[in-house]
Amino acid sequence: MSPAEAAIEPAIAAPAIHSGGAVMEERPFGIPSSKLVMWLFIISDACTFGAVLFAYGYIRNSAADWPQVFEAASIWNSLLMTFILVSSSLTVLFAVRAAQAGDRAGAFRWTMITASGGVLFTLLHIREWLNLIGQGARLFQNPWGAPMFGAAFFSITGLHMAHVVGGVIALVVVGLSYRAGRYAARHIEIWALYWHFVDLVWMFVVPLVYLLNMKR
Amino acid sequence: MSQTAKSTGMGSTYAVYGAILAIAVVQVIVAVTLGPSFWRMLALALIQAYLAVMFFMHLRDEKPTLRLALIPGTLFVLVMMNMIWADSFRLAVMKPFAK
Repeated sequence: MSPAEAAIEPAIAAPAIHSGGAVMEERPFGIPSSKLVMWLFIISDACTFGAVLFAYGYIRNSAADWPQVFEAASIWNSLLMTFILVSSSLTVLFAVRAAQAGDRAGAFRWTMITASGGVLFTLLHIREWLNLIGQGARLFQNPWGAPMFGAAFFSITGLHMAHVVGGVIALVVVGLSYRAGRYAARHIEIWALYWHFVDLVWMFVVPLVYLLNMKR
Repeated sequence: MSQTAKSTGMGSTYAVYGAILAIAVVQVIVAVTLGPSFWRMLALALIQAYLAVMFFMHLRDEKPTLRLALIPGTLFVLVMMNMIWADSFRLAVMKPFAK
């Protein structure tokens, strides 16, 4: 490890010795604390999404006239969005692999490809929103039935979209900083974890929000 | 790579990528042909989530202590949240024994 790399990877350069020279206890989980923090954030965020989806479930079950509005075009759109997001999970793995091999240019390129996937996903999602808004869906009213449909749909997908946009910004910042040598490979890996989580949440949003409310 | 997860081969990563996309297509086919049952949709989503967490997020390659620290606690919170919320709604309107 070069001195520059050691400066941004202190935990790896001296994993068992603190500044006083005493031997420290072994890390219980065997991962850097920054990665553990990201895991803790992910499980807390999973509970947030869980709460929103449970609330949606209660509201949906209590409404006698819950709208079944998503037509074939919306389902195809959601499938395309799934393809883009899952593919971006693959490309961020390529970025991690390149970063771990010390290939800064390659890691930057794959990180930017991943961020581009996030942008494309967001644009498709906004198109879906505009389609529903054009049909008359609002937060607390719609032409089809239960007025809370809009609140449920826009809050769940909006919260997810906010995570995607936040992830895109983080990936661009981390990618640029990694290319400039300010960040290490583990920073790319940590944000890749976040990006996979965003993908994971979408795996629940599609069946529970889109497919359950499909027009038949 | 030292303190990060052990990297598995890319072959399994491609297989998981294909499996997750295939399940997404199966979800749509099941929803259209058999009807979008909540339990069918949830079961398929859980399989996708398991694959993503274990292979994409490499939790499979981490120490068992990390898996034990993260998974049971999260599932417990989510299940309890689902079970307790209905009661919290009833208590909010002071009808603890309302049907």
